[in-house]
Amino acid sequence: MKHHLVLRVVTKLMIPFILIFGLYVQFHGDFGPGGGFQAGVIIAAAFILYALVFGLEEARKVVPDGALRILVPAGVLIFAGTGVATLLMGGKFLDYDVLRPSDTGGQHLGIWLVEFGVGTTVAAVMIAIFFTYAARPHQIDDEDW
Amino acid sequence: MAGILISLVLLTFMAVTAFYVLRLRHLFSVVMLTGVFSLLSAALFTNLDAVDVAFTEAAVGGGISTVLMLGTLALTRRREKVPETLSIGPLIIALVTGAALVYGTLDMPRFGDPNAPALKHVVPEYIEGTANDVSMPNIVTAVLASYRGYDTLGETAVIFTAGIGVLLLLVWRREEDEEDEDGEKEDRA
Repeated sequence: MKHHLVLRVVTKLMIPFILIFGLYVQFHGDFGPGGGFQAGVIIAAAFILYALVFGLEEARKVVPDGALRILVPAGVLIFAGTGVATLLMGGKFLDYDVLRPSDTGGQHLGIWLVEFGVGTTVAAVMIAIFFTYAARPHQIDDEDW
Repeated sequence: MAGILISLVLLTFMAVTAFYVLRLRHLFSVVMLTGVFSLLSAALFTNLDAVDVAFTEAAVGGGISTVLMLGTLALTRRREKVPETLSIGPLIIALVTGAALVYGTLDMPRFGDPNAPALKHVVPEYIEGTANDVSMPNIVTAVLASYRGYDTLGETAVIFTAGIGVLLLLVWRREEDEEDEDGEKEDRA
């Protein structure tokens, strides 16, 4: 879609706002609506939009396959690692209270870490799935649509 | 009252969209209409005060899955084949299942009923606990990440597995194809 000037300009304007909104949903999820899953999908949507308008090759430069290969398992490991950390600190698996001595600080830290893990995996998986789909050979020209 | 009206209007729109998804044979329009359907249901969830669910529905149903469906469509044909015979069996199954589901809803508690069984079991504990032990304004996040942390870990693992599965299926296939092509070139040389 490289020839659509309007789409390109509007996309460039929108992507920063989509990313900021994704980060807001991620890190404000314990106070407002949203959380890791929604944030991951929103951030993935920003990259997918970029890939749709500017082409897969350009998007692959922004998010290289190697980074995706690390990020997809990293989120699950952050989540499970939080659980292991609580085990090591003398609590039960995913019992966040032991993470910090204060009354509710442990819960806040634990939820923050866990949501961060969810967001990482969801965003990376969604981007990876889209990239793989889009990389398959297309049989339909633009005009046919 | 206004809320019920909005819900009714949205449900009507959804029914009309679903009807056209069934009727249309042009698959590009069908994919777009399923996106519209998801967006309408997201609006419905917002109207029912389930903002977190609405969020997910709008982003996944309206956004990502529409794009993935379009990607799939680019690999197949764009018109649905018209079935030659009307098959009665599936129609009866669909009608009976639908009737059973509607019959089931008759026994459900009224919407927002505070005495509903689902709200009596662990919910009061969660509501109090979120305020005292977790001290977070968003109960949904507290339930998902803290009270139901195991479930959410499982969900994340499911997403991880799904992603790995798609990558294995599609990327491996492509690399094999490329190897085949290379092999052919070598044969010719």
